[in-house]
Amino acid sequence: MPEKTYLQAISDGLRQEMHRDERVFVLGEDVGVYGGAFKVTVGLLEEFGPWRVIDAPLSEIAIVGGATGSALMGLRPIAELQFSDFVSCAWDQLVTVAAKQHFRAGTPVPMVLRLPSGGGFSGGPFHSQSPESAFTHVPGLKVVCPATPHDAKGLLATAVDDPNPVLYFEHKHLYRRIKGEVPDERYTIPFGKARIERAGDDVTLVTWGAMVYTAAEAADELQAGGVSVEIIDLRTLQPWDKQAVLESVAKTSKLLILHEDTRTSGFGAEIAAQVVEEAFEQLDAPIRRVAAPDTPIPFSPQLEKAYIPQVEDVASALRELAAY
Amino acid sequence: MATQTQIEVVMPQMGVSVSEGTIVKWLKREGQRVLADEPLLEISTDKVDTEVPSPGDGILGSIVTLEGETVAVGTTIALITTGGEAPAEQESESTTTAPIPPASPEPVAALPADRAFVSPVVARIAAEHSVDLERVSGSGHGGRVTKKDVLAHIAAATTPVAAANEPLPAPVTSAPSSGDRLEPMSQMRRSIAEHMRRSLDTAAHATTVFEVDMSNVVAIRARLKPEFLERHAVRLTYLAFVARATVEALRNWPWLNAEIRGQEIVTHSYINLCIAVAVDGGKGLVVPAIRNAEGLNLLGMARAIQDVAERARSKQLTPEDVQGGTFTITNPGGHGSIVGTPIINQPQVAILDTEALVKRPVVISDEKGVDAISVRPIMNLCLSFDHRLIDGAYAVQFMAEIRRSLESWGEERY
Repeated sequence: MPEKTYLQAISDGLRQEMHRDERVFVLGEDVGVYGGAFKVTVGLLEEFGPWRVIDAPLSEIAIVGGATGSALMGLRPIAELQFSDFVSCAWDQLVTVAAKQHFRAGTPVPMVLRLPSGGGFSGGPFHSQSPESAFTHVPGLKVVCPATPHDAKGLLATAVDDPNPVLYFEHKHLYRRIKGEVPDERYTIPFGKARIERAGDDVTLVTWGAMVYTAAEAADELQAGGVSVEIIDLRTLQPWDKQAVLESVAKTSKLLILHEDTRTSGFGAEIAAQVVEEAFEQLDAPIRRVAAPDTPIPFSPQLEKAYIPQVEDVASALRELAAY
Repeated sequence: MATQTQIEVVMPQMGVSVSEGTIVKWLKREGQRVLADEPLLEISTDKVDTEVPSPGDGILGSIVTLEGETVAVGTTIALITTGGEAPAEQESESTTTAPIPPASPEPVAALPADRAFVSPVVARIAAEHSVDLERVSGSGHGGRVTKKDVLAHIAAATTPVAAANEPLPAPVTSAPSSGDRLEPMSQMRRSIAEHMRRSLDTAAHATTVFEVDMSNVVAIRARLKPEFLERHAVRLTYLAFVARATVEALRNWPWLNAEIRGQEIVTHSYINLCIAVAVDGGKGLVVPAIRNAEGLNLLGMARAIQDVAERARSKQLTPEDVQGGTFTITNPGGHGSIVGTPIINQPQVAILDTEALVKRPVVISDEKGVDAISVRPIMNLCLSFDHRLIDGAYAVQFMAEIRRSLESWGEERY
């Protein structure tokens, strides 16, 4: 099986979907001639032509509105926002129109919104956010956060098949850093089905996106001390695999939730609440969250490092939980 | 205040293997003056119920552990303020400046307050498996009992035999119906329950019954009884004769004065003879041991039995009294019982049961072989033995010797 970067896996997925289904098209700022801000769409314009690879004006609301309209009319748009931070510009189209359409009129909105997210490269407050949690709060939207190249391609295919608006958060920091085996043929990965990154007995660590790698490094440190950590990569937040988390908590009785998004009202809060509601009698320790503080993301590399959860932060929280 | 100090009263260590005790009754109230060595409270442990003397002179400042509560050995259960007329306020330095109270050989600092925190999962598991969390040692934060601790405790408490044969007790699902009385098991009751169950799970119990003609013993007892009482203040009982005969027979059948340790047989060089004593009107049982019973004559045996029985009933036994037994005699015959199948007192391998002395018609053969029916005082002796170690032939020969010994008891024998 060929090894691909996370970015290549997304590129390949896009190309495959466009070959497979001529209703699929991409649109976004600089996705055509320039090949996308991160070069995910390089070559698509040459291959599929300007009707299916559309350079959009610099207006997120126009991109999301256009995608919503074309989805309503039966196409399968895959829209790219250069940075997920700018999705706020399209909030109304996304939350008020796209998310509600099926409930109001019974018409599906099969669109995919690609949202490069996450920090770790001194992108500062406008180019580093992880706003996935906010959209889990909007009924009608699906939220996907792949961590591996394999999942990135498989979840993209599922997103294209899905009749609902899907927010596909691709982590910028993983684009070229992470490589993994990716099948050439098309495959789908079901939404709401977590991936066990590693099995363990002592503490459950639930996370997604780039934090899966931070979690794995921290778990390695704990393993050296004889504590085995079970890492659950949720892969999708809406829907999320509650069953997998509950099963793991029944085994370990200790839960740590790790996310790059800010702490308050982050999706970790939802996970914690549901676990307490449904598995209170399984718990042997308070549920812990490791997340970013409730401030914008700083530019300074030192400050950014202090802001984004690091391996040491996670290892220390895991140790405390294990010893509780 | 400078002249006042506080003495911690801690739950004493009543025997090596005792880890906790229950407060039965406080004999003093808060604010009352107490003198050193004056009885301060009554406690109940796995092994004995006893009074705890005050570790010093002073005012009973505060009672930390209330009646009915069970705490670990070494836990502070009260504070006594010395050197002042009135109880001092509870200063925080009291725990660090307290002198070592004489009542506790190994005083331990009070456990952290959060020792008692029970997490939801631990509470659930403890309830499902009827685990007393006070008996589980905690490895978690501040000594908290973790899920792993309670699971390990359950795993350790469940012997392979029990695990195979006996499903775990089902959780209590219904409240007792109206009119039923619900009461917590006393420490002693729990201890007996655990011990009996464990013994049946451990030993391969078999019981043999012997009829013993006690005519000679009855006659000799009738003669010696007033003398023992007048000269020694000792009541001579049939039990003393049986105990004497048993101790002598044990010398010839040493495996009955033994125990199984793993794959090995330990045969004891001494006989610590345990006597089962009913207390609390039959709602409790203690089994004190008579040390080196092989060295006692009839008078000594009768005196020793009387001593441990009296001290057992008045709760004056010491931890040493109930440890280290090597063979047990139980004596339920006083109420007319004629046959019993007693449960072995672990880690011993046999227990002898003396039943009621009953007059019965028996067939007696004279020297010429002529049979006649005679009325004789007959006592049944029942021996439960651990068939893992003791075979039937061994057990019945031991019993036959006891019978011979009792039936041929001579005037000259003490």
